[in-house]
Amino acid sequence: MRILLAALTFLCLVATAGAQDIAADGPAATPLQSLLKEHRAAIEQGARRGIGPAIEALRDSGLPEARLILEKWQARELWLRKADGLFFLAESAEGGYRLTDPATGEAAGSATRDEVIQIRPNSGIRAVLAGALVQFQLTDPNPAVRAAALDAIARRSEAGHLDALRAVLEDEPDPRLKARKARLERLLTISFDPDPDARIAAIEGFAGDIGVDVRAALNPLVATTRAVAPGEPPAGENIARRLSPGSEALPREAAYAMLVEAGLAPPRIGRAEIRAALAAHVEGGRVGGVPVAELNSDAARERAYAGLAAAGLVPAHLTEAGIDAALAAHAFYDRYAEADPRVTEAAADALAAIALMVGVNQMADLALDALSLASIYFLAAIGLAITFGVMRVINMAHGEFIMMGAYTGYVVQQFIPDYTISILVALPLAFAITFGAGVAMERLVIRWLYNRPLETLLATFGISIALQQLAKNIFGTQARPLTSPAWLDGSLVINDVVSISYIRIAIFVLALMFLGLFLFIMRRTRLGLEVRAVTQNPRMAASMGINPDRINMLTFGLGSGIAGVAGVAIGLYAKVTSELGQDYIVQSFMTVVVGGVGNIWGTLLGATLIGFLQKGIEWFNPSNTLAAQTYMILFIILFIQFRPRGIIALKGRAAGD
Amino acid sequence: MRQSFVAKNPSVLVFLACLGLFTLGVSVLSEGMGIGLISTSFVKTLGKTLCLCLVAIAMDLVWGYAGILSLGHFAFFGLGGYMIGMWLMYARTEGIVAASLSNAEIPPTPDELRSAIANQIFGVVGSSDFPAIWVFAHSLPLQLALVVLVPGLLALVFGWLAFRSRVTGVYLSILTQAMTLALALYLFQNDSGLRGNNGLSGLQNIPGAEGVPQSVISVWFLWASAAALGLGYVIAAFVVSGKFGSVIRGIRDDEARVRFLGYSVEGYKLFVFTLTAVIAGIAGALYYPQAGIINPKEIAPIASIYLAVWVAIGGRGRLYGAVIGAALVSLLSTWFTGGRVPDLPLGFYTVSWVDWWQVLLGLSFVLVTLFAPKGIGGLFDLVAGRRAPDRHGADLGPDPGALREKEAER
Amino acid sequence: MSTLLEVSGVSVSFDGFKAINNLSFEIGPAELRAIIGPNGAGKTTFMDIVTGKTRPDEGDVLWGEKSRSLLKMNESQIAQAGIGRKFQRPTVFEDQSVFDNLLMALKKDRAPWKVLFYRETAEDRARVGELAEEIGLADQIGRKAGELSHGQKQWLEIGMLLAQEPRLLLVDEPAAGMTLAEREHTTDLLKQAARTRAVIVVEHDMEFVRRLDCRVTVLHEGSVLAEGSLDFVTKNQQVIDVYLGR
Repeated sequence: MRILLAALTFLCLVATAGAQDIAADGPAATPLQSLLKEHRAAIEQGARRGIGPAIEALRDSGLPEARLILEKWQARELWLRKADGLFFLAESAEGGYRLTDPATGEAAGSATRDEVIQIRPNSGIRAVLAGALVQFQLTDPNPAVRAAALDAIARRSEAGHLDALRAVLEDEPDPRLKARKARLERLLTISFDPDPDARIAAIEGFAGDIGVDVRAALNPLVATTRAVAPGEPPAGENIARRLSPGSEALPREAAYAMLVEAGLAPPRIGRAEIRAALAAHVEGGRVGGVPVAELNSDAARERAYAGLAAAGLVPAHLTEAGIDAALAAHAFYDRYAEADPRVTEAAADALAAIALMVGVNQMADLALDALSLASIYFLAAIGLAITFGVMRVINMAHGEFIMMGAYTGYVVQQFIPDYTISILVALPLAFAITFGAGVAMERLVIRWLYNRPLETLLATFGISIALQQLAKNIFGTQARPLTSPAWLDGSLVINDVVSISYIRIAIFVLALMFLGLFLFIMRRTRLGLEVRAVTQNPRMAASMGINPDRINMLTFGLGSGIAGVAGVAIGLYAKVTSELGQDYIVQSFMTVVVGGVGNIWGTLLGATLIGFLQKGIEWFNPSNTLAAQTYMILFIILFIQFRPRGIIALKGRAAGD
Repeated sequence: MRQSFVAKNPSVLVFLACLGLFTLGVSVLSEGMGIGLISTSFVKTLGKTLCLCLVAIAMDLVWGYAGILSLGHFAFFGLGGYMIGMWLMYARTEGIVAASLSNAEIPPTPDELRSAIANQIFGVVGSSDFPAIWVFAHSLPLQLALVVLVPGLLALVFGWLAFRSRVTGVYLSILTQAMTLALALYLFQNDSGLRGNNGLSGLQNIPGAEGVPQSVISVWFLWASAAALGLGYVIAAFVVSGKFGSVIRGIRDDEARVRFLGYSVEGYKLFVFTLTAVIAGIAGALYYPQAGIINPKEIAPIASIYLAVWVAIGGRGRLYGAVIGAALVSLLSTWFTGGRVPDLPLGFYTVSWVDWWQVLLGLSFVLVTLFAPKGIGGLFDLVAGRRAPDRHGADLGPDPGALREKEAER
Repeated sequence: MSTLLEVSGVSVSFDGFKAINNLSFEIGPAELRAIIGPNGAGKTTFMDIVTGKTRPDEGDVLWGEKSRSLLKMNESQIAQAGIGRKFQRPTVFEDQSVFDNLLMALKKDRAPWKVLFYRETAEDRARVGELAEEIGLADQIGRKAGELSHGQKQWLEIGMLLAQEPRLLLVDEPAAGMTLAEREHTTDLLKQAARTRAVIVVEHDMEFVRRLDCRVTVLHEGSVLAEGSLDFVTKNQQVIDVYLGR
């Protein structure tokens, strides 16, 4: 109410002042010029420090030209005529400048170079000018300008913005901008309102809001500095907490160091100082009566130092008891920068509530991350689940098929510059190429080694190292880019904490599609039926007219082909190198083994478990992904102890005991 | 008793004689002790190769005889290297630091000495304190004990967990690979206490032998490696010769049957796994002082797979096969990747062996697995006129590790 | 007559299929028993339970005079306790000689450490020779087991069982794939063995069972259908129904 009244009075004043302007004649007489003249020294001098009142006066003058002047000033287009101290806008003309009166926009004659001075605000002043201009921009008819003004306030807010915002809040026609203005007004209230109750109300209004801006406004309120005072802390300090020296929060050494720094106690003599002091006082092979050769223990050094101190050569060694007494005589505490305890308390409460919400949202974000990691593992492992799970064939070259898929994507992009089309071409092409490679490998190597899983493991490893080196020979060792289409750039931002990139969403969708495809092939097609038959009883299947050789070949090709497609997907967000496959092979095996062999749902569960586990461990120790992987593998080794056949285990005789 | 062992294993005497002749020959031709025909670096390469042969014997025991395709034995090898490397690095740094501090006006306290050493060693990973695992690093005997104990205990714990829950076949292989990967990733961390990916370096400088030139030290290590290899071969031959050998070969071919005979299969597997881990650790402890540096890359799972490759190419299930495979493949690898093999011009393309050796190795390995399961060892059978049984393609047992028809002898 | 093995109320199911359903069974210390039954009656699963390969869902298996429960023991402990098993298909160690096969089976300390330092004595060699004689493989003793004929492998496996000196022998279809002469030899071996220990023979072949001349237990759908002499059970209407179909 009070504010409203003030605003009304102000408006009336401006109106009368405006009426007078028009009556006046000539530039010298305008209120603008007189205002400028009043602050001429400060404006001309251009020092950051003294400029504040001048700019404020202009801003608050209510003159219609105020905005123009501020803008021109900021743009270095304001000129001062030395002779009469009037300000003009100017542009170059023959022999000097053509002047324009800022208030009326009328021509005001011309001036030679020597007659006028350009006002050149430095960057600091321009920033202050920008701050002052915000107020005008807030009421600009163009919503984009208003939004930009709000951005500017949010970036660097100052006390003056609060009133400006409040003044324009009601008149905002755009509901979204109005909401932003209202939010900003509350944020500014927290920081700048002189009335503690208003601040507390605003703070409490933000409880549970996880916006970064809110935390940025609240955090300075609860920031503390550590202080020490003799006896008791001075009254009137807003103390966050008292600290006792020797506690975990304030170790004894640190407490004493604080005393020393505050000049409240003499510095301590450390080992290094003792050593330096001794070295400085060596006399004839002895220091303080102790032979130098004996100074290889702390006790001997203490003795020597005591000797020196007794001789008055060095300051006496501080005793532990002395330190304790000094510590006891002082109070150590953390104090808030904000003086009002009610405000800090409200801010701390609000931050606690926010922290809880942020925690919940971080969990959600982590879950999204884990889900996307799980879908990557699933994608990498599904091909393996087919070859290892269905055929009991272990394919160490699976990772290299993933790599081949990724390189296919890269090569396709060399020929098709449009990223969207090239990805659409690369996916089936990668499938075809790795399908072919898989079939060739099955025909040439693996079928000779059925029932010899260990030999298969080693032979496919041989193929793996050959393929890896081949890729190195062809594509070189440096990483090749596989660029995603523009529509996959950026991320889906749900709030300030939770977001997920579109590529990851695409990979998730791709993983789901493959799950669907796999289920469809296995359950609804002839091929799936035959695969299941051959898996369960090859001899019986053969006697029913199914050709197990053909089925094995196709199954292996299918598994390899899916690896190739996974390679394109993985290549979109990881670097394409010849070692790309290696990075995924162990995790893929883990996924299949943990999930349970021969069951796609097991693979899905395994991928989910491993993805969530890895993200979960990373959450505990975010700085160290290596440790996360180590612990994850250890967990899996232990997990297999308890469920040797995976999460979904085949039971009974079919499990091949 | 003794006589029957040698009589049963004539290859042991032949092997020891060959090894002795080889060592003597290299010593005579070396720079350090002999006429200087073989460079010091090549003596080191040969010494390292002997260590690799030793770890290959361990691999052959565990895979060729007991049927456990372990993809973790190079991890044990690396651990052995790390254990001896800790002492080498500590003792050498101690010497350097003591020498530099002795010039100061005031003699250093033990604490100062220790923290100066720590600073020197761990400066690269931004630390200046000794991690807890270095507590024995000052003592050679304790650190030597750890060479045996650390790989042994790790193998014991891991093996106990894995065998107890009846993890076999490829599952076990993948599990051992996971163990290796976990260990390598752990060691890659800077706060693992073993200098992260910098590893331990300067191991070729033997404390207490500062005055001895590397050319002589290389021959010492050659002798030590040869002695360890000879001893390892005899121990391995002893283990596989008697009833114990029968039992573990039985486990390889048909584990369930051995169990129904009343043998605790888990105990035997654990014994072999741990014993071979210890042998691997010792081999590593001899290898890395010759290599001069050890870092976590050495432990990466791929190294262990290569170990299996060597044994397979040499011919598993026979000890001399493992030695031949390891020696041949590792020496050829050194030769080919060293860039000293002339390029092969094909007209349209010139084959540079540095680039193509891996491809050749990978493919030849596939060929060996497919067509010559006996590996190079099979050549000896050709000479001796031994033939594989004709079993119409049937393996000698139902287990994944069982001998294949072509691997067996009549 | 005291009981050596007592199986009481045992059930086990695989994925919902009840392979053994509330089965109870007893055998004395020196008795020959044949178990017959159609396919899927649970004969092999029964053996798996006794030898520790399969854990039953409920019920108990008690062993010996002290009635120790076998369910808490693993396969090798059960074997050491004195239960030997012969599989349906001959399982011998094909890469090792007949001598090594038998030596491995000899009743000796089975701890790895003891086995590592074990060297055979003249006594052990003599015992192996004796066993080889008994199973008719004395002249094959140096050959690799993989080279033996099917019947010879069966005998070698029986010989290995005897070498274990078990108190209970479980024999799964010993006569499968044998010639007539080999069958007779096998029958003699089993009868001979049953004088000093309990022998359970699982068999399909009625002729072979008749030759064994012992008590017969008929299994059907995981539980005991009838028990008695062969003539008695073959007159049982239920047994006839099961075998001939309803």
